[in-house]
Amino acid sequence: MQLTLWTYEGPPHVGAMRIATSMEGVHYVLHAPQGDTYADLLFTMIERRDRRPPVTYTTFQARDLGGDTAELVKTAVREAYERFSPQAMLVGESCTAELIQDQPGSLAQGMSLPVPIVPLELPAYSKKENWGASETFYHLVRALLLPSAPPAGTPRAPRDLSRRPRANLLGPTLLGFRCRDDVKEVARLLGELGVDVHVVAPLHATPDALRRIPEADFNVSLYPEISDTTARWLQKTFGMPIVKTVPIGIGATRDFIREVGTVAGLDVTPFLEREKLGTATMDASQSLLPWYSRSVDATYLTGKRVYIFGDATHVRCAARIAAEELGFTVVGIGTYSREFAKDIREVAARYGVEPLISDDYLDVEQAVGEAAPELVLGTQMERHIAKRLGIPCAVISTPIHVQDVPARYSPQMGFEGANVIFDTWVHPLMMGLEEHLLQMFREDFEFADGATPSHLHASPAKSEATPAPASVAVAEPVARPAPVRPSRELAPEVAEPSIEIPVIARPQVTTAVAPASAPAAAAVSATATVAAWSAGAEAELKKIPFFVRGKAKRNTEKYAAEHGLTEISVETLYDAKAHFGR
Amino acid sequence: MTTPTAPLLADGCAVDAAPRGTLPVLKERGQREVFCGLTGIVWLHRKMQDAFFMVVGSRTCAHLVQSAAGVMIFAEPRFGTAILGDRDLAGLADANDELDKCVRQLLARRPDIETLFLVGSCPSEVIKLDLSRAAERLNAEFFPRVRILNYSGSGIETTFTQGEDTCLKSLVPHMPAAPADERSVLVVGTLADVVEDQFVRLFDAMGVGPVRFFPSRRSRDLPPIGPGTRLLLAQPFVNETVRALQARGATLLTAPYPLGVAGTTQWLAAAAAEWNVPAEHFKQVIQPAADRARKAIDRYRARLDGKTLFLLPDSQLEIPLARFLHQECGMRLVEVGTPYLDRLLVQAELALLPGDVQLSEGQHLDRQLDRVRAARPDLTLCGLGLANPLEAEGLRTKWSIELVFSPIQGFDQAGDLAELFARPLERAERLTV
Repeated sequence: MQLTLWTYEGPPHVGAMRIATSMEGVHYVLHAPQGDTYADLLFTMIERRDRRPPVTYTTFQARDLGGDTAELVKTAVREAYERFSPQAMLVGESCTAELIQDQPGSLAQGMSLPVPIVPLELPAYSKKENWGASETFYHLVRALLLPSAPPAGTPRAPRDLSRRPRANLLGPTLLGFRCRDDVKEVARLLGELGVDVHVVAPLHATPDALRRIPEADFNVSLYPEISDTTARWLQKTFGMPIVKTVPIGIGATRDFIREVGTVAGLDVTPFLEREKLGTATMDASQSLLPWYSRSVDATYLTGKRVYIFGDATHVRCAARIAAEELGFTVVGIGTYSREFAKDIREVAARYGVEPLISDDYLDVEQAVGEAAPELVLGTQMERHIAKRLGIPCAVISTPIHVQDVPARYSPQMGFEGANVIFDTWVHPLMMGLEEHLLQMFREDFEFADGATPSHLHASPAKSEATPAPASVAVAEPVARPAPVRPSRELAPEVAEPSIEIPVIARPQVTTAVAPASAPAAAAVSATATVAAWSAGAEAELKKIPFFVRGKAKRNTEKYAAEHGLTEISVETLYDAKAHFGR
Repeated sequence: MTTPTAPLLADGCAVDAAPRGTLPVLKERGQREVFCGLTGIVWLHRKMQDAFFMVVGSRTCAHLVQSAAGVMIFAEPRFGTAILGDRDLAGLADANDELDKCVRQLLARRPDIETLFLVGSCPSEVIKLDLSRAAERLNAEFFPRVRILNYSGSGIETTFTQGEDTCLKSLVPHMPAAPADERSVLVVGTLADVVEDQFVRLFDAMGVGPVRFFPSRRSRDLPPIGPGTRLLLAQPFVNETVRALQARGATLLTAPYPLGVAGTTQWLAAAAAEWNVPAEHFKQVIQPAADRARKAIDRYRARLDGKTLFLLPDSQLEIPLARFLHQECGMRLVEVGTPYLDRLLVQAELALLPGDVQLSEGQHLDRQLDRVRAARPDLTLCGLGLANPLEAEGLRTKWSIELVFSPIQGFDQAGDLAELFARPLERAERLTV
């Protein structure tokens, strides 16, 4: 039993729903009690889907449990088949049905319906959403292709050289991160390389399309969390090579192009030559990221401390972009995708940080707080963590919210994806020139401590505590929450990354001074007490621009603790500054 | 006896004269597109700010509560899930020990929590994890610092708003006994604080009181209950709670729900009659607010008048809403669905519905959607899973969960309530794309 406040992933049957809903001509009968239909709104609200997911729920109740729940399954399967005429059906169960062991998959297979029935057994008490999606995709592909599989050991026939090479794009789904646009961008890129996209799956694929997968020359595993298992099976069974590089970021996109060249037997050098890395200019490159990153305004990005958390694929790519393409410093990295923990450990080792492999939101919140980053790249969860901590944030991975399904074209993959990423990550940060101006004019009244930086719409504290206007009030929950945070001495300073330990993890805070220093105390948990600030040091601290003051304060306290000082003087402040650097 | 009810009805709204309650009901069974009772946590934790709700269930439960809440607002959570794992099911770990561990972990981190609800789920009920014994055991350790209670929010036992009913019912045994000679009003069912305050002002002006609310804003301040307690229901889904309160001597005042001018008037009148408030005085007290409400509704009436409305079963508010939208906004009712029909709670409402209304209880989703498509109503009240798909078919919708989260009761919210239904229609008129 694990106490959980927010979950990064849903149960595995939601993963199965993602496969069914991504496809055409597939229907999923789910043996589940009332309430499990909530999952429909993930698709209709977050993705703004214009159709219900192709899912029929058996909706059993307590009074059915003594009776014939199996009959409910058969009725639901029959009615769903008659009403929706699918080309293939998935039949499975949610967590509660797993306990009553009706084996809906076998029941449905026994009904001799004239379409393939794929039974799904997704253990709800040990596995999660991405695993469920991966398994479902694999079982569906396998069920449809096994009849046409060649005998084991049959060598793959060489490609017919009179046609262009063909690739399948495997892995994009609904409720994935920007899959819709990534598919378009990768297809465009492959097209320019002389490769045709044959089947995209599961997104918008039909069962018939899945049957055509082996006609292509190779598979691109775009989202390994979803497609790795299937791509490996296709490699083993049909001898189809896999392109494994996920083309997110400039370096990764170039690697992807090289890998495609190798697998497809194409010379991609001229294509890559068009961009001169290292002297990137505006018109030479397919992406503006290399040049923008070298332009002087971007100097202020140097060494920005970034914390990265999400699914394994996006985290791995993000770390490379952050370190090599934007010049950030990776101060923390982690993933909730335990299946890919090994990959993230390797990446973490490369950047000299301790990886966090956890799906516990509280662990992540604590790790972010302790790393004191200047930018968080994460999921919707980290967006809320960052909001609470007053740190800018960009979303790079699932789980997503409605705002992560933008109307405009905004891929993450390929060269255009790199452009999108540059804008999305850099805009939440203080603009370079603006930061200099703030330094220069910090005595100006407009840059007083309370002034909100222009790139942040409102202070996080304010937006939560301010009562909504009357016209909005009806849409708000009853009993609007009282502002939960205690008032703090530095409360209005939004840009300052001072840390508020969330209520759940926070010991009762009573004194006025404690909240601001609590994070420092947490960061140096070995030391029980925090040195007291002398009046002079406190006055000096106030002269430091507010947006870096929190860091200065924390560093000084850490320095004092490490040196066993009980009082912080002006000297300590500057000693600490010299010790830690910027 | 001079009660205010009769004259007000006479001068008030168009009400079908014949008392009903025997309307034909279409009973259906099949796929239900309705949340389970766990969803109630989303508003209950906001109402009772000293309480924590711990679901004992699966990852699905955690995901449900998060998704139902997350679409709306991502708040500092005062709810969580103790997620059952393979080890709990295989008996390798004693589920009770594990549960105790989760509770200790939580209470150590949250010293501000005064009431902890252990909320049962489908899986905890199927494996017969006894949460009432767990609560008893944990109370021995934590009471009086924390009171630990349990109720069921499982989908095999409860539908959507029924979770509030089972939650409130779990509090009833802990309510103190009221002095035998004390007469008081207890308003049952969650109301927004602002609405409570409005009602208190009206009751005070009439001389009705003391008036208390259940749930109260702090879960530890439970209102007293006794033979002098008169129950006035703010929500049409507190069935079991009412029966438990009746068992403790309270008397139910039958009235429609306080939606719209007529509903609010008759609701207040039920208490006024009990306190023998003279009709003139009653009228004088409510007149300004009632006039204001009529004026506010009038602004939207033209847009709603004559429009057809299909209510899919969801929050249990469907019957009172249908009555308000028909009676005071002139909407024509195609079908009024309700997850379940408990006549004890909706008797007064049924009597106010038009005689030709199609009531339905339960759901067979696909068949009901066929009826929606055949009728093509001007507006459909439905859950979030259905709203966008129906919009994409060219049907205007109002999502029902908003009605549970929003202050819609009382005179001063009557206009807001009408506006919630007028907005989708107005939007459709504005858009050219």
